[in-house]
This record gives sequence, C-alpha cells and structure tokens, in this order.
Amino acid sequence: MRMLKIENLTKVYRGGKVAVDKLNLDIQEGEFIAFIGTSGSGKTTALRMLNRMVEPSSGKMTLNGKDLTKMNAVTLRRSIGYVIQQIGLMPHMTIRDNITLVPQLLKWSKEKKDETARRLIELVNLPQSYLDYYPAQLSGGQQQRIGVLRALAANQDIILMDEPFGALDPITRDTLQDLIKDIQQRLKKTIIFVTHDMDEAIKLADRIAIMHEGKLIQFDTPDNILAAPANDFVKEFIGSHRLIQQKPNVKTVDEVMIKPISITIEKSLDEAIRLMVEKRVDTLFVTDGDNRLQGYLDVESFTGARKTKKSVSECYEKEVFYVKTGSKLQDSVRRILKRNLKNIPVVDEEHRLVGLVTRANIVDIVYDTIWGDEEQEVSVEGQIGSEDLKELISG
Amino acid sequence: MQDMTQMSTTEQFLFYIQENGWYVFNQFLDHFLISIYGVLLAALIGIPLGVLISKYGKLSNVVITLANIIQTIPALALMAILMLVLGLGKTTVIVTVFFYSLLPIIKNTYVGITTINKSVTDAGRGMGMTKIQVLYMVELPLSLSVIITGIRIALVVAIGITAIGAFIGAGGLGDIIIRGTNATDGTAIILAGALPTALMAILSDIILGIIERRLDPVKRQQKRISATV
Ligand SMILES: Nc1ncnc2c1ncn2[C@@H]1O[C@H](COP(=O)(O)OP(=O)(O)OP(=O)(O)O)[C@@H](O)[C@H]1O
Ligand SMILES: [Mg+2]
Repeated sequence: MRMLKIENLTKVYRGGKVAVDKLNLDIQEGEFIAFIGTSGSGKTTALRMLNRMVEPSSGKMTLNGKDLTKMNAVTLRRSIGYVIQQIGLMPHMTIRDNITLVPQLLKWSKEKKDETARRLIELVNLPQSYLDYYPAQLSGGQQQRIGVLRALAANQDIILMDEPFGALDPITRDTLQDLIKDIQQRLKKTIIFVTHDMDEAIKLADRIAIMHEGKLIQFDTPDNILAAPANDFVKEFIGSHRLIQQKPNVKTVDEVMIKPISITIEKSLDEAIRLMVEKRVDTLFVTDGDNRLQGYLDVESFTGARKTKKSVSECYEKEVFYVKTGSKLQDSVRRILKRNLKNIPVVDEEHRLVGLVTRANIVDIVYDTIWGDEEQEVSVEGQIGSEDLKELISG
Repeated sequence: MQDMTQMSTTEQFLFYIQENGWYVFNQFLDHFLISIYGVLLAALIGIPLGVLISKYGKLSNVVITLANIIQTIPALALMAILMLVLGLGKTTVIVTVFFYSLLPIIKNTYVGITTINKSVTDAGRGMGMTKIQVLYMVELPLSLSVIITGIRIALVVAIGITAIGAFIGAGGLGDIIIRGTNATDGTAIILAGALPTALMAILSDIILGIIERRLDPVKRQQKRISATV
C-alpha cells in the first residue's frame, strides 16, 4: 500500500505569516481527500507544498518512505498531477498539446502522446475534433475538463486539485464532480482536493480535513465529522441543516428503486413503441447487449423521427443522468429536482442498468415514512429537506 | 541632355530616377541595412534585458528610466556625441539607431511578459517546467507579438534617424536629400530621396504589422474560430 505521510509540515511566509502550522496527515493510496476551511486558512499553501510549488519551512513529507523535500522539485511536479483553480490552459497551444504537456516535458514519442490525447478526451465525453481547437474556443466547463486531463496524462498517481470547480455554474459543477469521482474510482487515483463548499466535500471525499488558521482541526470521514464535530468551529462550519440531515434513517437508492423498462440498442422503433404501450411507460432505457446503460428513448425522441428512422440506435438520447447503486437517496432526490428530471436510472459499477428511481416512488416513500410512522417525521424531513419535499410533491 | 528647367517637378523626378535608378536603389539598400542592423543589435540586447527586468522587478525602473532618458536626447545631438567617440560613418549611425531602439524593445518585452496571465505561468511551473522551459514554451510565445510591436516601432523610428545619418557621411537616402538641398532647384532630387524613405517606413510598418498579427495567439484563434464556424 502506497502512502503519503505528512509530518509537522509548516509554512511561514516571508514577513512571519504562519500559513500552515504543524500539519500531520496520513493519506492512503486511492483515497479522495478534501481540504476545507475558511478563506486564508492555509488550504492552498498546504496543497502547494505537496508539489513544492511552495517550499515548506519545516516538517517532512514522505511518499512510501521517500522524502519529497529532498527530491528535485521539477521531477516531483512532473510526477504529481495538478489542477489549478484558474484552469491555466496554455492559450497558444491546441487542446492536444495542452493535454499532453507533461508527456511533452517527459519527452514521450509523438505517437504515444497522440494516442494518450485521443484516449483521454473520450474519458470526459468531448469529441476528438476538439483536440485541434484552442482553449479560447471551449466553454469554461470544457476547459476545466481539459485541465483535469492534463493532470492525468502522464499516469500520475496523485492528483492535487485547488478548487477546480469554484468558478463553474452549479449544474456544470455537479457534472464534473461526478466525472472526477468516476475517474478517480476507475483509475484508482489518489486525489487531494481543496474546496470551500461543504456539499462538494461530503459528496466527493473519503476523508475531509478541516483547516482553520493554518491548523488541522479535524480529519475524518464525512459521516464521522457530521456525527461528531470536533468543536464548535467545525459545528458552525458544517451548518446546522447538514447536522440534521445526518440523523439516522439514511436510505440508499437501492431500497427504493423499481425495475426499469429497457430495450436493447439494435431493436427497431416499432418494437420500442409496442413495448412502451404494453408496459404503459413514457420512457425506455436503452442498453447494449451487456445491459450497460447507453441512453434513453422517450416520447419526444419519436416525434417526427418515425418516418425517416427505423431503429432505436438512430434516435435515442445519449445524454442521460444516472446515480450509482449504493448512493444516498437524498443525493438522487436533489439531482432529480435540480435537473428537473422525471426519473433517474441506477447503474452498478460496470455501468449496467439495475434500477430506476422515479418522482412517483420517492413520493410514495416519503408518504409511507411520514404517515406510516408518525414518529419518524422529523428524520424524513431532515433526510431530503422540507424544501425539497414541497418542491417534489408540487413538481 | 534635356533642359531641366523646362520640365515640371514630376517630370524632373522621373527623369532623375531614370538616370540615377541604380544609385537610388543602392542608397535605399544601404539605408535599410543601417536601420536593420541598429534595430537587430538592439533586439539582441533589448529582449534579454526586457526578460531580465521582468523577473527582477526592482531593476525594471532603473533600466526603463535610463532608456527613457536616451530617448529624450535629440537624434542629431546623440549622433554628434557618439561621433566624438566613433568618428564619421555608418558605425556611428548604427549605434545611434541601436540606442533609440532599445526603449521600445525593452519596454515591450517587459510589458509582454509581465502582462501574461499569472495562472498560465503558474500552471506551466506546476506541470514541471523548468524556469527556462517556462520562458521559451510559455512566456516568449505569448509575448512575441508585443515584442514584434516594439521592433516595428523601433524600425520606423530607425529609418528616420538613418536619414539624418547622411550628415555624418553614412550614406543612405538622406544623402540624396542633402544633394537636393544643395542643388539649385533641387525639389525633384529631394523627392527622390524622401519618397523612398517614406515608402520604406510605411512598408516596414505594414509588413511587421502583418507578422505581429500572425503571432498574436488571441487574434490567431479568432481567425480559426471564424474559419470553423
Ligand atoms: N506568497 C505569500 N506570501 C505571504 N503570505 C501569503 C502568501 N500566500 C498566502 N499567504 C497568506 O497565507 C495564508 C494562507 O493562504 P492560503 O492561500 O493558503 O489560504 P487558502 O486557505 O487557500 O484561502 P482561500 O480559500 O482564500 O484560497 C493567508 O493569510 C495568506 O494571506
Ligand atoms: Mg486557496
């Protein structure tokens, strides 16, 4: 097991400002760590000491016993991925050259670089043609995707991210959070992530490090922090609404999902319509031969298309939002509301379609819990939030 | 031989060019080379100096003030002073041009590099570029068009200064102008020197302007965008 060990890491800036004060952390391979804290609490400084963008004043950092402060800083930086808040793509380089900047510095062959760029851009759902574009031709969200790829291109195991999604709108941010979590789990990366958004930290991190005035206040899993905040500062920082949410009765999507109606991609449109009529549904999920989710078909995809198109593969919607099995019910409810979805499919680790959560069956659950057992009312409200509930029932 | 006094200025001008085309051409070339040498020399010294002061903020004030002071000395005076040391001839003019070109080149290099978005150089360093790599992979490419602007300004000024250089025997188109002023009724001869000088300045300006736009990463992209849309 590889491990990053940080001991008494301290940074005193010129002028005597103690930005990070005796930081102690052990980070396991494959962990997703979030640094969170108020502005000026030393998160960026702590992060940038790890790739020596800021030289530590004292303390030790070792990676599997190897002292990072003794390494050549340039070599170190090439081996650690880094995503900066302001994205910082090279405006004079194509997207391809931006993605493969570190491989370029490591003098990889052109074939290997091109191959890497092609493989990576698929990872973030952007078309190959974008490789020849310049950063200015991409939206902010697309640019930050490239910023993330740049940090992955040389197979770095550890990736540092400094508020990478801070400047993005909530929906784009949500998408990129899913993407980064997915990449992290699939490619088994260790990610150290700075944020000041508690929701983001709870959603993404395996463990959260709470910083205040240069000191580490608490370092634990989101559940443990929510259950037992170390002190009043942490309590206040988390916010009372989240503490209520964390009360018992946390359901996962697996408990409420129903069996989705799906169709395989090679079927004809006639078959699709017959299936819809037979099952009385307005949405069909499209899967491949291995039951992997590809997209969906709904009434809108048919309108006008039937005369010219014959098969499902020609007219299904490829952009589909989903949740992973095991995720918390409140997350899917939030997502359904935020994106105004009718329902949301549940997939397993291999992206196979295993279930469906609909607005209707969430309302059922809520109803059951509230009126089925009066005593649980508070916890249910907490679970999805009373605001969410109102919206859910009216919408 | 025709009777010059019977001709209009235009006719005289054309006649002069016809008769002395080769001479005018040679002076044009001389003139151009003197200016270019001076400017290139200034670029050779000025660009590294500009890079240097962009890294060491404190130096920048001293260097730019110094270059500013040089700029305020009238060209003829500077040339006269240099003449005391270097004597008559081309070298003195080239050195004068060099001094005049320093300011725009140093200043534009400095501005070009210091106005690059810090997040871009920070990202470069964060990806593991050495200081030298940050300089030639990020800073110089991104400030190249601004540096070329400096060279363009310098060259246009240089062409003017070289014209004066004829007074200390450097040759060039200024030589023709002086001949014209000395001749009775020499308007046409003055024109034969002045028009090519103006032409040279305008052409240099246009050509370097085109190069500058080609090298500007932002403008280049806009062109690509309109090409892809
Ligand atoms: N280069 C520097 N020189 C001197 N002081 C600095 C420097 N960089 C940061 N500081 C100070 O160190 C402290 C920690 O800064 P840091 O950037 O690490 O905070 P942060 O937690 O990332 O804050 P934010 O959320 O605003 O990004 C701040 O008080 C800041 O003013
Ligand atoms: Mg910061």
